[in-house]
Amino acid sequence: MKTFSIGGVHPSENKLSAGSPISVLDLPKQAIFPLAQHIGAPATAIVKRGDVVRVGTKIADATGPVSAAIYSSVSGKVSKIENVVDASGYAKPAIIIDVEGDEWEESIDRSAELKKDISLSAEEIIRKIKEAGIVGMGGACFPAHVKLMPPPGLKAEYLVINGVECEPYLTADHRLMLEKADEIMVGVSLLMKAIGVKEAFIGIENNKPDAIAIMSEKSKSYTGISIVPLKVQYPQGGEKQLIDAVLGRQLPPPPAIPIHVGAVVQNVGTAFAVYEAVQKNKPLFERVVTITGKALKSPSNYLVRMGTPMSQLIDAAGGLPEDTGKIIGGGPMMGKALVSTEIPITKGSSGVLLMTKKEAVRGEIMPCIRCAKCVGVCPMGLEPYLLSNLSAKSNWERVEKELVMTCIECGSCQYTCPSNRPLVDYIRLGKNVVGGIIRARNAKK
Amino acid sequence: MANKFVISLSPHVHSGDSVKNNMYGVIIALIPALLVSLWAFGLGSAIVTLTSVLSCVFFEWCITKYILKKPSTIMDGSAVLTGLLLAFNLPSNLPIWIIVLGALFAIGVVKISFGGLGSNLFNPALAGRIFLLISFPVQMTSWPQIGQISSYIDATTEATPLALMKMAAKGDATALDKLPDSLSLFLGSNPGSLGEISALALLIGLIYMLWRKIITWHIPVSILATVAVFSGIMHWIDPTKFASPLVHLFTGGIMLGAIFMATDYVTSPMTHKGMLIYGVAIGVLTVLIRLFGAYPEGVSFAIFIMNAFTPIINTYCKPKRFGGAGKK
Repeated sequence: MKTFSIGGVHPSENKLSAGSPISVLDLPKQAIFPLAQHIGAPATAIVKRGDVVRVGTKIADATGPVSAAIYSSVSGKVSKIENVVDASGYAKPAIIIDVEGDEWEESIDRSAELKKDISLSAEEIIRKIKEAGIVGMGGACFPAHVKLMPPPGLKAEYLVINGVECEPYLTADHRLMLEKADEIMVGVSLLMKAIGVKEAFIGIENNKPDAIAIMSEKSKSYTGISIVPLKVQYPQGGEKQLIDAVLGRQLPPPPAIPIHVGAVVQNVGTAFAVYEAVQKNKPLFERVVTITGKALKSPSNYLVRMGTPMSQLIDAAGGLPEDTGKIIGGGPMMGKALVSTEIPITKGSSGVLLMTKKEAVRGEIMPCIRCAKCVGVCPMGLEPYLLSNLSAKSNWERVEKELVMTCIECGSCQYTCPSNRPLVDYIRLGKNVVGGIIRARNAKK
Repeated sequence: MANKFVISLSPHVHSGDSVKNNMYGVIIALIPALLVSLWAFGLGSAIVTLTSVLSCVFFEWCITKYILKKPSTIMDGSAVLTGLLLAFNLPSNLPIWIIVLGALFAIGVVKISFGGLGSNLFNPALAGRIFLLISFPVQMTSWPQIGQISSYIDATTEATPLALMKMAAKGDATALDKLPDSLSLFLGSNPGSLGEISALALLIGLIYMLWRKIITWHIPVSILATVAVFSGIMHWIDPTKFASPLVHLFTGGIMLGAIFMATDYVTSPMTHKGMLIYGVAIGVLTVLIRLFGAYPEGVSFAIFIMNAFTPIINTYCKPKRFGGAGKK
C-alpha cells in the first residue's frame, strides 16, 4: 500500500466520532464572522450596522487576488463590526449579526437533488468558486481559486484530492465521504474541468475502509477519478506528503508549489463546497465540524453555520466536561489551542477537540539523549534536535543553512521525543526569525 | 472569564515514550545475557554485576547531590544501565575495589564531568572498561572457566578463544585447531567477560530492542556484516592464520559491542547514513586490532575511537532531504 517516502508517525487514531452521522446544528442567536479567516488579505466588509441580510448574502468582499469573500450564514440584522478574539487568540475585526428567522437568498438551490451535468466552462467554474469565497477546507484556508490558476508556463497534469484526514480524532471528511460521495465526485469533476486535467486521484487512508468502498463504487460512474487507498501514516494529509504518496513525486523546497510537479491538491471538503457553489449556487457559509474529546459525552459531527460560537457546538455534544484543560481548534497534531469557548466556527474549522486537564499538561522536559528518533520521523528529512538547539542558541545563520524553512510544523518530532523536548516551539521561533531575515535580504535586492 | 484553558503550541499529544522507557527497555534486553552469565559464572557474576550497578547509581546520586547540588537523576535508569553494561564487560573474578574504581571513572569522569545524561562524548561503561583494562591489565585479561558457580576471586582461569586466535595470527599454526566449535561459541559455553559469552542471548536482546523500536538496525547490522566480510576475506587468504568469520562473530565482545555498546544513543551518530559509516568503521577497526594489534580484542577500542568521530559524522552526514532540499 502506498504512503509517503520519508519519516512519519502513527499516533493513536481516537476517531471517537467516526460512527456519528452528520446532524444539523441549531441556528445561533448571534453569528460572528472574522474578516481574516483565510490565508491572504482579510476581506473587506460591505455591510454596515443595521443592514438586513439573508442566508447567503455577501457581507465582505475579497481584497485583492489572494483573499476570499465572506457570506452570511444567517438571516437577521448586522449588530456591529468590531474586534473579536478569534482562533489566533488576538482580537481582530469581525462582522456580528443578530439572528432573526432563517430567510435564504432565492438564488440558492435548496433541493436535495444531485446535479450531475456540468455546463459551465473552466473559466466560469473558477469564477464561481472565487465568487463563493471557497478556501481550502482542510484547515489551511488558502483561497481555492488561486490554486486553480497556475502561473504562466506551468500546466497541471493531475488533480490530487485529500481524503486522508490523518489528524487523530477528526472525522468530518470521513463522514462527508460516506454521506456525500456523489456530490464530492461532481465537485472533483468540476475541479478537473477547471484545471483541464483528465485524471484525479483521491487519497484515503485505509483506516476508513467504508469510505474507500463507497468512494470507489461511486467513482465508477465518473470518468478519470480513481481512489488511492493509503497506509495510515501521519502527516499524509500534508500537501507535499500526499503528492509523494499518490504520484510518487517529491516537491522541491519553497518557493516551489505543487503545480511545479504537475499537481493541484484540494481537500474532499473543498470539492464538496465547489459542488454546492457551482451546481447549487450556494456560497460557502456552512461546513461539517467534528466535536470530540475523551471526556465529552457524545463526540459527533455537525453541519454548522459559520459564525456559530463553539460553545453551542460543545453544548450540543453534551456540554463542556468539568475537567476540560485545553480546547483545540483542529486536530491534536497541528490544531491551535483556543482561549475561550466563544470563538466562532470559521471556514477552516475542521474540528473542536476538548482535552482533559491531565491531557493538557506537557510532560517533564529531560535532557536530549540524542536517540535520533526525531531525525527518523521527520517527513521533510530534517534534524529537529539540531534546528531546535541552534534556534535556542540564536544561531540563525546555521538554522537557515540546516533548512529550517522547509519544516512543515507537523509536530512528528515533538510527538516522538522521549525527553518531551519542545522541539517545534523552538523551530517555529527559528522559522520566524529566519523568515524575517530572508525577507529583509530580498527587499534589499 | 470563568474558564481558564491551557494555551500551548501544537502538537498537543505525545507518544508517551520517555527516557526511562528507553533505558529500562535496554535493561530488559540485557536480561537474557544476564541469565546466561549467572548460569555460567554464578556467584562471581552476581557479585560483579551488583557491585557495578550499585556503585554506578551511588556515584551518580552522590555527585549530583553533594557536588552539583542538583535534583537526583538516578531514577532515569541511565546509571543502572551504565552499571550493567560495565559489569558485562568485566571478568567475573574481578575484585570489588577495581569494579568500584571503574564505576567511579565511568560515572564521575566520563559521564557527569562532561555534563551528565546526553552530553557525554564517550560511552561511560565502555570508557570505564578501557580505563580498567589499561590500569589493571592482568586482572582484566584472565577469565574464569565457565561452570564454577560457587567461586568468585578463586575461580580457575582459562585461555579464551580470542587468545588462541591471537596466537594463530602471530604464527602458531596449531592454535586455531584448539578452538571450540562455532555452535558452542554461539550458545556461550566458553570463557569471556561476564555478559559477552552468549551470542544467542545478546541477539535475543537485539530482536527485542528492534521490536520495541528502541534502536534501529543500522549500527548492529553494519558492524556485524563488516566483521563477517572483513574476517571472511582474511580467512580465505590464510585459513591457518586467521579464524573463520563465524568464530569472529561469536567470540569476544563483538555481539555485546555491536548490539549494546555501539548503539548507545548519546555517543552514536544521528542519521542512518552516519550510523552505517560508524558501524562499518567499527567493524574494520575491530578486525584490524584483533588480527594485527597488540590486544586480542579490539571492539571496545574501535567503538571508543568512533565515539570520538561521532560529532564530525553528524556534521557531514545529513539525512535524505525531502525533494532534494539544500542541494545547489
